[in-house]
Amino acid sequence: MTTSGILQIVIYFLVILGVTKPMGSFMAKVYQGERTFLHKPLRWLEALLYKLTGVKETAEQRWTEYAGSVVAFSLASFLFTYVIQRAQAWLPFNPQRFGANNVSPDLAFNTAVSFVTNTNWQAYGGETTMSYFVQMAALAVQNFVSSAAGVAIAIAVVRGFSRQQSKTIGNFWVDLTRGIVYIFLPLCIVGALFLASQGVIQNFNEYTKVQTVEGGTQVIAQGPIASQEAIKMIGTNGGGFLNANSAHPFENPTPLTNFVEMLMIFLIPGGLTFTFGRMVGSPRQGWALFAAMSVLFLAGVFIAYAAEQSGNPILAKSGLESAPTELQAGGNMEGKETRFGIAATALFATITTGASCGAVNGMHDSFTPIGGMVPLFNIMTGEVIFGGVGAGLYGMLLFAIMAVFIAGLMVGRTPEYIGKKIEQKEVKMAMLAVIATAAAILVFTGISSVVPFEKGGYWNAPGPAAANINNDGPHGFSEMLYAYTSGAGNNGSAFGGINVNTPWYNLTIGLAMLVGRFLFLLPLVAAAGSLAAKKRVATTSGTFPTDGPLFVGLLVGTVLIIGALTFFPALSLGPIVEHFLMQGGKVF
Amino acid sequence: MPATLSPHKMERTPDPTSLLPKKLTHSRPLFDPEILARATAESFKKLNPLALMKNPVIFVVEAGAALTTILLIRDLFAGGESIGFQIQIALWLWFTVLFANFAEAMAEARGKAQADTLRKTKSDSAAKKLLANGRMESTPSSKLRAGDFVMCEAGDTIPGDGEVMDGIATVDESVITGESAPVIRESGGDRSAVTGGTRVLSDWIKVKITSNPGETFLDRMIALVEGAERQKTPNEIALNILIAGLTLIFLLAVVTLLPISSFSVSAAGAGTVPTIAVLVSLLVCLIPTTIGGLLSAIGIAGMDRVMQHNVLAMSGKAVEASGDVNTLLLDKTGTITLGNRQAVEFLTLPGVEEHDLVDAAQLSSLADETPEGRSVVVLAKETDGLRGRDVAEHEATFIPFSAYTRMSGVDIDRRRLRKGATEAISNFVREEGGQVPKELMGFADRIARNGGTPLAVADGARALGVIHLKDVVKGGMKERIAQLRAMGIRSVMITGDNPLTAAAIAAEAGVDDFLAQATPKDKLDYIKREQGEGRLVAMTGDGTNDAPALAQADVGLAMNTGTMAAKEAGNMVDLDSNPTKLIEVVAIGKQLLITRGALTTFSIANDVAKYFAIIPAMFMATYPALGQLNIMGLHTPQSAVLSAVIFNALIIIALVPLALRGVKYRPVGAAALLRRNLLIYGLGGVVAPFPGIWIIDQLVVWLKLA
Repeated sequence: MTTSGILQIVIYFLVILGVTKPMGSFMAKVYQGERTFLHKPLRWLEALLYKLTGVKETAEQRWTEYAGSVVAFSLASFLFTYVIQRAQAWLPFNPQRFGANNVSPDLAFNTAVSFVTNTNWQAYGGETTMSYFVQMAALAVQNFVSSAAGVAIAIAVVRGFSRQQSKTIGNFWVDLTRGIVYIFLPLCIVGALFLASQGVIQNFNEYTKVQTVEGGTQVIAQGPIASQEAIKMIGTNGGGFLNANSAHPFENPTPLTNFVEMLMIFLIPGGLTFTFGRMVGSPRQGWALFAAMSVLFLAGVFIAYAAEQSGNPILAKSGLESAPTELQAGGNMEGKETRFGIAATALFATITTGASCGAVNGMHDSFTPIGGMVPLFNIMTGEVIFGGVGAGLYGMLLFAIMAVFIAGLMVGRTPEYIGKKIEQKEVKMAMLAVIATAAAILVFTGISSVVPFEKGGYWNAPGPAAANINNDGPHGFSEMLYAYTSGAGNNGSAFGGINVNTPWYNLTIGLAMLVGRFLFLLPLVAAAGSLAAKKRVATTSGTFPTDGPLFVGLLVGTVLIIGALTFFPALSLGPIVEHFLMQGGKVF
Repeated sequence: MPATLSPHKMERTPDPTSLLPKKLTHSRPLFDPEILARATAESFKKLNPLALMKNPVIFVVEAGAALTTILLIRDLFAGGESIGFQIQIALWLWFTVLFANFAEAMAEARGKAQADTLRKTKSDSAAKKLLANGRMESTPSSKLRAGDFVMCEAGDTIPGDGEVMDGIATVDESVITGESAPVIRESGGDRSAVTGGTRVLSDWIKVKITSNPGETFLDRMIALVEGAERQKTPNEIALNILIAGLTLIFLLAVVTLLPISSFSVSAAGAGTVPTIAVLVSLLVCLIPTTIGGLLSAIGIAGMDRVMQHNVLAMSGKAVEASGDVNTLLLDKTGTITLGNRQAVEFLTLPGVEEHDLVDAAQLSSLADETPEGRSVVVLAKETDGLRGRDVAEHEATFIPFSAYTRMSGVDIDRRRLRKGATEAISNFVREEGGQVPKELMGFADRIARNGGTPLAVADGARALGVIHLKDVVKGGMKERIAQLRAMGIRSVMITGDNPLTAAAIAAEAGVDDFLAQATPKDKLDYIKREQGEGRLVAMTGDGTNDAPALAQADVGLAMNTGTMAAKEAGNMVDLDSNPTKLIEVVAIGKQLLITRGALTTFSIANDVAKYFAIIPAMFMATYPALGQLNIMGLHTPQSAVLSAVIFNALIIIALVPLALRGVKYRPVGAAALLRRNLLIYGLGGVVAPFPGIWIIDQLVVWLKLA
């Protein structure tokens, strides 16, 4: 590890630490309907949207209604996104004349699910599949609304703790609108303008064909990228306009844009921890979650960075210099952009998988086994290391519930968190969420490991599902495991090295995304409903303190142990054994 | 007198920090041979899968054991590899189930043994039923119905629960309380309840039967200790969901390992897919068998521990709730202070000879059998050398204390001596035509401010002075209340005294709050207010007028000497009628919850080591490089799997005593408690299995078992 590399990571963390409080208290005000400095310029828009949609601003919803609204909204969004993709041939802004043949029904299903669930898993290459209209009207719109929906749900879950003896947990439509109007739109406008100023392109041109120096021709894809890029990062969506995602110079041209894009990912998830603390009336509770996330985050970054910087021992043994020098980055530079280097790529990979973003600025498939295991493990633990916008907070709250329930008994009281008794209903819902995601990852990976398909058949033309992987042995297994993990975790980043655009993978990863989104959030909303109805228990010196280092340690331990215990067997047959084999001189 | 923990007994408790007295009233040793035998037999009976279904974790183990056994039998006939290994795995899996059953059976057997003892006392004796015409008739006690009247004389067993309507008797209640000292039962007041099965030792009482056969206190007590009515408590249900959920997750992880490993085997082109026996072993090691096997035992043992303190909890829920209590309402008299006030000083009014006051005080107290009255006589003797006098020489009429007059005294040789509340005596003096010196009120106020009770004395129209009655705070009470505070529990003193007196005693005992001149309604309102602020409240009570508050409180501990109404309203009955025990009940509730949490944490933390034992063993043939995960250096794949399974089974048995006794509880703040327990059961749970499995592996190899 180099000083400059470590410094980049430390500075990044300090900036996030610095923006958490202002961002968090701003969001708390927005969702509690208080006035902010944006009230004056934007209140008319909020009011107009209510008027147009007939939403009553003061009406409150029970948890069932809230959950119902989320599902109904997602279903409508899904249908809309599906239809636009399939109908792109008849729609405007399509200079490359992409049609329905570019987007098969199974791909359209997968993509629609992917964007509605805030996953942004892409079984397609943007520039070779989707028209500008699809990218803007279908995908970018989903980037906004699925993010705002995620934050809305998190706020509803927070209300479960902040309210008492309440039958309702807010109004989904109001939360959704406020999030878009006051948080996502303003941030994205500023963000897009900044990125454009740094060289991220924004046009509606036809692709340019150019003569290369070697005499060949190259097609240069372009389009309205800057506007899409901002929400891609801020909404932790991660679906790139271009196939190469943030590794592409049009999406992420400079180290500065790289740094800002990374900040955009953690901006809202980090801030939400403070929002939580503010809303439950104890900022320390929020900081405790922030601290637990930070511990996991920094551990992940440094493990990944160390693994990437130490590179491949086989190369070192063969006498190649792999130490960083004035002239070279050293370590493992395969699949990394030279303008970012090892530290910024390892950092980006940890951030994008800690949050459920999924944007990439390097190829995770080319990481060393341990370097690649960090992103994989981050997703497996439920993406609670700041996590997706909203999803990270409610995911961490789920772990807090589990931690308090398991260990909280050891203070000699029935478990309570933020003054709410954790009982049967909450435990049931938390377990349901954990089981559903684990099942989606393990069951689909298990089936795909062995399921035989006929070569050239409809479901999977290359033959057995396992034939789609490009690498042998444990690395090939990691590719498959990562795909389902990314889907079920609603991350959307690709390890790569696997052909996933077949009906089998489109369907199963699509299902994994649906399970990972809805069977995770619905139990939590249900738990929020039951929590909101409870009385707040008085805090005494006999109460388990959930705002100190002890709790932070416990929470970190719970996240690690639950994640590790569930996935250790699978990981041991993937990256872990690959690591040992690499040490022994064998790579895949 | 009912058996109570007398203050000097409390002071003798060797470790003042321990809330739990070491000596239990009628405890059996933990591994009583009779109980052991009974539990062993029961653990085989519990193998019935229909019964085991209630415990999902152990049910999965049994299913795994059955599957392994079936495959073993197939291999025995069809011929298969490593039969010896398979036999051992199957055996240890069955042992795991049996050990879990044994833990539960042990806990139950203790209750059952106790129930048997109680049942023996339930003889169908003949009762002397009183008929409407006043005659007596001999009736079997099982024929008595609520509302019948019976006569109980010396030597008779009281045939059913009831109220004393007439008479007074000493009763041996050792059947219920385990305390051999007889208690007094008399009509009226709060000592009128009698329990069926107890025996009259002297005199006689007429009893109105209040319960039908089969519904008596003794019947309920038998059902409770036997655990027949045992229902899972809310927290137990939630914990069951958690461990069932974890079981499901591990089931997923292990089942999907089959296709995943088959992919790996074909990708590596080496090794074989793990056998079912090995996969089942991994599953059994991962699922939380430790807590799954011990959970119900912990609950039953918690109830049993309450029982050993001679407290009858009507439900496990009540015990659990007592761990959550935030506020304790403690009656001043009998709980915080000794039940009786002591006369400590005579304050003579100006112009009165001290002798006159002492003399009048003594005479007026001669017939006063209350401890206060006696203490006046004692003090008089000490102050003035006055001996008890034979009042029979004189013409004396004793005036008993009544709530209406609020004074008592004697009319002797035309002197009218009275002692009582200051106001009552002032009125008396004025009625007699005298003047009340203003110093009287001054004395009274001064005494009250110091936490004492003033007792004014008058001789007809002449006020003589004031006796200072002092409340004596029980030894060790202040420390206990400080401990409660450390546990995060507020203690509130309830007293009928005036606010001044109450404040002084509250300060002396160190309670957090007090409720002076408390009426039953005040108590009820106080409880409701506390509950409204999200606190759980515990209280003790004995009188009928306590019943509403007892019912409202989250934990209501009724005194056995109290009225039936109080006993019905509370959710626990203290057979010793010692209100201080509420503090112990709270400690037991906490201990129960801590034990559950500790073993859950331990159980989950254990999994880390088991992975390091089994995963490399499973895939060593496919990927020899995974041998690097074998950090314990276990000998062979088979010895590794076997050792993990054996460790997993043995740890259940090893923790049975802990589950039954409960984790040691110290009354400290939550943060300190958590830190300590996390270190022991969390970190310890991660570390302990490593050496444990290693040692078993050494033994297994040494014994040539694998």
